[in-house]
Order: sequence, then structure tokens, then C-alpha cells
Amino acid sequence: MHLFGVLLQLAWRNLWRNHRRTLIMLAAITIGVWAMIFMTALTRGMVDQMIVDGIKALPGHVQVHNPAYLDDPSINNLIPMTDGELQARFGESGFVAWSSRVKVPAVITSERDSRGITLLGIDPVAERGFSFFDYDEVDGRFLEDENDNGIVIGRKLAEILETEIGKRIVIMSQDPENDVADRGFRVVGLYTASTGAVEEAFAFSGKATVQKMLGIEGETTEVVFLGADYRDVDSTYEAVVAAVDGNVVVNRWYDVDTYLGSMMKVMDGFVLIWVVVIFLALSFGLVNTLVMAVFERVREIGLMLALGMKPASILGQIIIESMLLLALGLAMGTSLSWLTIIPLQSGVDISFVGEGMEMFGAASVLYPKLYIGDVILANIVVLVLGFLASLSPAWRASRYEPVEALAKVG
Amino acid sequence: MAAVRCVDLCKTYRQGDQDIKALDHVSIEIASGGFVCLSAPSGGGKTTLLNAIGGLDIPDSGEVYIAGRRIDNLSKGELADLRLKHIGFVFQAYNLIPVLSARENVEFVMQVQGVAAAERKDKADAILKEVGLAGLENRRPAEMSGGQQQRVAVARAIASRPALILADEPTANLDSKTSEGLMELFTELNEHHNTTFVVASHDQRVMNYAKRLIRMLDGRIVDDIDQRAT
Repeated sequence: MHLFGVLLQLAWRNLWRNHRRTLIMLAAITIGVWAMIFMTALTRGMVDQMIVDGIKALPGHVQVHNPAYLDDPSINNLIPMTDGELQARFGESGFVAWSSRVKVPAVITSERDSRGITLLGIDPVAERGFSFFDYDEVDGRFLEDENDNGIVIGRKLAEILETEIGKRIVIMSQDPENDVADRGFRVVGLYTASTGAVEEAFAFSGKATVQKMLGIEGETTEVVFLGADYRDVDSTYEAVVAAVDGNVVVNRWYDVDTYLGSMMKVMDGFVLIWVVVIFLALSFGLVNTLVMAVFERVREIGLMLALGMKPASILGQIIIESMLLLALGLAMGTSLSWLTIIPLQSGVDISFVGEGMEMFGAASVLYPKLYIGDVILANIVVLVLGFLASLSPAWRASRYEPVEALAKVG
Repeated sequence: MAAVRCVDLCKTYRQGDQDIKALDHVSIEIASGGFVCLSAPSGGGKTTLLNAIGGLDIPDSGEVYIAGRRIDNLSKGELADLRLKHIGFVFQAYNLIPVLSARENVEFVMQVQGVAAAERKDKADAILKEVGLAGLENRRPAEMSGGQQQRVAVARAIASRPALILADEPTANLDSKTSEGLMELFTELNEHHNTTFVVASHDQRVMNYAKRLIRMLDGRIVDDIDQRAT
């Protein structure tokens, strides 16, 4: 312990021997660490929002379908259970939320234009937990119950169809006999979603109304469930599997939406790679600083060896010096990242690249997410790799022969 | 038991395409409490012999014993330990650690040895006073003259009371008054604490203070004089 005190004292004082060099290196480490944490928080925020929006865009955490539905999401692949049977199986099961719905491809037509959409027949009360928009923020009104015969469409779709609240549109799909099934609906509400693509894609009406239009009274195409956390859906999945038989398939959200599932899985790896790449750029400066510091102190190192300091202590001194520099840079970089992220937590407007971001399913407002795990990862990576990068100059310093080092002309 | 014993030491350096014999079959024995001055012209082998005795340099052949223990075959770590616990060094120049104050430089060896902080400070202050540097304890080397720096180095060498002190040209950068004071201090330590001194120097004043004068030339001992008898 006494030896550590000596080494710490020497390392700290040597660090400030060349103020300018140390400050430049400190600034580089601070900016590097800030970039690691800040960019990770932005990316985390973007991906989290994509996943949450994706999950809220109807899949829920766990889904039940007819085994053929995922390959062919048509009216012919209904769940082989009636609304009454579903209610009996899941009504009292204690899920955070669950809902059964009819989800079919359809064509929506106004007097001006037509578009392909996904028509959803829902029970608005049961569906509230799965919605990607707030019912209260819908222009006009949202659906009142499953018998509601109005239709709610996205704002963007209304623009395309040149329609508005109060006007009528026609929905056309097909029934189980492959005959055309169509019906006129009055637009009762316009919803706003995080991306225009979502606003174009979905139209909502009462479940019973849609079932009647398609001639499938009491039947549905999809049952969805919500658990407590989208990152841990296994308990919900197992509860659903236990409640159904082999006539249906049960999937977790990331099995259905493989793009979002992959995003979640690769994110941790991405953060690690990002942190390592930035550190590699920093490490050149760090090693150069240490090599210069050692080179300038050859005689001094020789003197300490001559006085009885062991080579291992010289090695330790240089490593402590490097660790002190990194620890200072980490503290400053981490603080700076906190200070810059906190004011941005209400959202960063990136609408100037909004259309490009929509291609990836991201919203035009970014909400940085600072996870303590990411901060710890960045700090650990910098310290561990910094330690490894310091080994070479420290080893060289510890290998000096006292007589040769003392004889060096500086 | 002899404080230092060297048996048939040889050391050759290569300089360009020439082999320089720094030590040529040197054998000496220095009794505990001895005060020996190694004198030689530049390149005569005195610093090489001093380094071999201090375990700073390994001879090509021959044996070195400190207090009866053979040291020329020890590992780097063992040699460092030996130097830390048994030998005090005073070099000609670049003697101090620039980032430490005078007191901290004196404390350095004791600190590495693990001496308690309060004891270290008391000893360092007392020794600095003894070498005439009271009041300069907190000065860094850059804030002191060459003579003051050399006295700090001597203070560090004697602070942990080693049995053997090796000094290489300790008066080379000092004025005559400071040199006198330093040699008085060496003599006092030698006589009152039985510390063995081996000093490499071609300064006549240093030679006058030594009890024994060993003259070297081209890596060989050419004269070995007991000055107490003269």
C-alpha cells in the first residue's frame, strides 16, 4: 500500500509536468468519451422509439394466429376460435392487456383517389393499450365500441384521398368465399402517428362492423397480448402457449417483426463496436503521450531503478499515470454527455432529414436515451483498452538498465 | 566480514570497433567502516567498479560480494532490493526526482522501504538540517543550486542509514566550501555510524579525506594506499 502511495504521487505529478500535452490529451479523451455516450444515447433513443412504435403499431408483445396466416394474411386464415371462446380462455388470465381483431388487406376509395391499406376491425376499449396514437388526440373522435360503423384513418391518408371528417369513403376487401366484400364508411376521425408511412397504412373500424362486412361474424384473424416489458416477453408468451391448443401459432413480437427484433439484438453489439472504434482512434494519442513521457524521463527512471525501485513498480507507475489520465477524461466526458443529453430529452427535431429517417421506420423527433449500462460499458472499455494500450510503453520503461538510463544524454 | 569484496572482475565495453577494458582482473576487499577513494583518470574504470559493487552493472566475469553475499548472479528484482535496503547512492548529476520537493526526495527511499510517514518526515527534516538545508524542505530541484541539489542527494543516501554508501564524483559540481562540508559529513558518518564509503573521484580534496586510496589505470588497480599510516 505504501508503494502504491509513492507511485500514485509520482504518476499524478508527472502527469502535470507537461501541462499542455496533458490538457490536449485530456480534451481528446473527453470529446471521445462524450461522442461515445452521446451518440449511443441518440442511437438508443432512435432504436427504442422504432421498437416501441413498431410494437405499438399493433403487434403487441405476443400474437396468436391461424398457422397459415403469417404466410398468407387473408380472410381465409381465421383463428379457429370464436370471440366467445377467446373470451373464455383469456378473459381472466391476468395479462396487462389483450385484444382480438380482424386485420385484412383492403382498398380504400374516396371520390378522388384510392389506396391499398390494412383494415382493422377492433374493440376500441380492449385495443387502447396497443394503439400507437392517443385516442384523445384524434381529430374528430375515435371509435366508441366494437359496433361503431365509423372509420378512423391517418391524417396522411386523408390528404392523399383528399377526404376529411364527415365525408364517406368505400372499403373493399374479400370474404372467405373470395367474393368482393365492400361497404361505405363515414370518416369520423383522423389520427396522427410518428411517421407518415404509418398514417397511410391503417384504417380502423368497429370489430363487429368489419366482421359483418366480411361475413365472418364472431371470428377474428389475430389475438394480441401485452406483457410488462417488450424486452422480456417470455412469461407472457408461456402464459399464452399454456392457454391455447395446437390449432394456432403463438409468436413473440420479434419473431413476427424480424427487422425490429434484429435491431434490438444488434444494438448492444453496435454500442460495443462504436465505443471500441472511438477508443482505437484515441489510443494512438494515448500511446504517443505515454511514449513521449517515458522518453523524456529515461534518466529519472534509471535513477529510481538505481535507488532500489523494482521494474514492476516502474511499470505500475506508468500504468497509473495512464489510468489517471483516462479516469479524468472519463469523468469529464461522462459529465459532458449528461449535460448535453439532459436538455435534449424533450426531443431533437430532425425533420430536415425526416423522410430519410422514415425509410428506416424512425420518427422525425429523436429522444436520446441514456442507459446507465451504456455509460458503464463506455467507461469499462476505455479503462480496459487504455490499460492494454499502456502496457507497451510501461513495459519498455521497466526494462531499462539503470546504468544505461542514467547515462542517457537528455 | 568485509563490507565489499571483488574477486577478479573483468568488464569490456565495445566502442565502435574497439574493445575497451573497463575492468581488468580487479580484486579488492573493503572492510566494514572503511572509507575508500577510487581514483583514476577519466575512463580508468572507477565508475565501472563502483557500478559493479552497487549491482548496477554486471561484470563479464568475476565475483562481487556485499556483506558476504554474492550479488553478481542475482536477478534484477533481488538487486533492486539489495540496493534499496543496504546501499546509498550519490551520483555526479541528475541525482534528484524533479517532481518531488527536497524533503520528498530525501523521503523517497524510506517511502519505498515502507517507513511510516511521520517517521520519514522527522528523519528527512533532521537530515536536511544536518546538511545545511533547513528551510528549503519544500523546494523542488529546479529551485535549488547544484550544490544544494547534491546535498539533498547525500541526505537521501544517508537517510535510511545504509551500511554502504557509493558516491560517484560527489564534489564534481560543487564549490570548494560546499565540497569541504560534504566531505566533513561523510567523515562524521563514517566515524560515528560506521558507514562504509566508496567514493570515486579524482578530486584531491576527496582523496585527502579517504582512509584508503586506490588508484586505477586502464581498468587495473595500480596503487592501494592506506592513508591512515601516512
